[in-house]
Amino acid sequence: MDDPLDKPYLDVPGTTVFDADQSRRGYWLNQFCMSLMKADNRERFRRDEAAYLDEWDMTDEQKQAVLDRDMNRMISLGGNIYFLAKIGATDGKSFQQMAASMTGVTEEEYRDMMVAGGRSPDGNRYTHEWDQRDAAAAGEHGS
Amino acid sequence: MNAHISASVYTSHVPAIGVALDLGKTDEPYWQPLFAGYEFSKSWFAEHTPDVVFLVYNDHATAFSLEVIPTFAIGTGARFAVADEGWGPRPVPDVVGHPELAAHIAHSVIRQDFDLTIVNQMDVDHGLTVPLSLMCGQPSEWPCPVIPFAVNVVHYPVPSGRRCLALGQAIRRAIESYPDDLDVQIWGTGGMSHQLQGPRAGLINSEFDRAFLDDLIAAPTELAEKPHVDYVREAGSEGIELVMWLIARGAMADLGGGPPPTVRHRFYHVPASNTAVGHLILEN
Repeated sequence: MDDPLDKPYLDVPGTTVFDADQSRRGYWLNQFCMSLMKADNRERFRRDEAAYLDEWDMTDEQKQAVLDRDMNRMISLGGNIYFLAKIGATDGKSFQQMAASMTGVTEEEYRDMMVAGGRSPDGNRYTHEWDQRDAAAAGEHGS
Repeated sequence: MNAHISASVYTSHVPAIGVALDLGKTDEPYWQPLFAGYEFSKSWFAEHTPDVVFLVYNDHATAFSLEVIPTFAIGTGARFAVADEGWGPRPVPDVVGHPELAAHIAHSVIRQDFDLTIVNQMDVDHGLTVPLSLMCGQPSEWPCPVIPFAVNVVHYPVPSGRRCLALGQAIRRAIESYPDDLDVQIWGTGGMSHQLQGPRAGLINSEFDRAFLDDLIAAPTELAEKPHVDYVREAGSEGIELVMWLIARGAMADLGGGPPPTVRHRFYHVPASNTAVGHLILEN
């Protein structure tokens, strides 16, 4: 059997696997999201977001990430996409709009990419592939 | 005569498909090719409506928050309401269960060393209702009872492919020991390649998906050895849902010494929103 504690998924770029560590970190952030499944709570959150967030045992960083609607930041702080989607639903956003917001392109560009067959796995399998790409891009800017 | 499994059905369960159906968008150019791929399936299902569907799916932070995270949960209730996932409940009928068969399966499968969580009360989300809509259309009542079987594929580690295939074999033995002549279908849902989160969102891997369909049909035991990281790397972080297809596949006769299944229908399409859509019907 493989080592049950290894995490081979840590070298997949642009991807945060929601494991037990992330879940522990994000427990209250995700439970706050869950509360938005009730219409009353959505209404109270909309009325005063900061006050509603203060009812939850979340870190200041997590609260700020929610206020900023910074999905990538929320994920790095323990959020899971299916929970975070409740914030999107409260804002009237679709999964595709949320996904686009995490990739640094416009909603239209993202939709066009999907219609053209999606993001290819080529060059997107390992973190070193992204590191090399970023280094090359930085090199071009430097010259 | 005891109960038997007549067929297995596999399909993606993308929420946007439910929205397109509910809002009457199925003829729009974006959606038409997708729904065309299910036309055969709807007529096949109308001709082969079973007594019960055993429906393997995952909950998407709907019935299960982070308070309790069961790996395998069987719905033993008489009725399951359609959940409000934040956009309001889908306008589809509630799901009628089959508590007698579900309780029998729970008893048998737990005795075969799979630790199922028994759930008498839960709402069901798009993971369960979108496959029903794709196969049954838009009836005022679903045409047969459904046993919901929820698998954790959200919170890692999720069950391995090997364990899912073996669970399917245990479910087949459980169904075949039920002393009533019921025609049962088992459905595996979710997938195919997709990633909804992070800067790599939008990943699609058609080559992986097509090979998965080939192997699911002809080499399921080998396919079940695929490690989780291969799904994540090749098919996206949410592509891991595909392990659920192995539960349905494990319940087919050939994995209990019977003949290989017949492929009645196969379909693949990109995209539905963020996701590659795959679909198979296998008959025993």
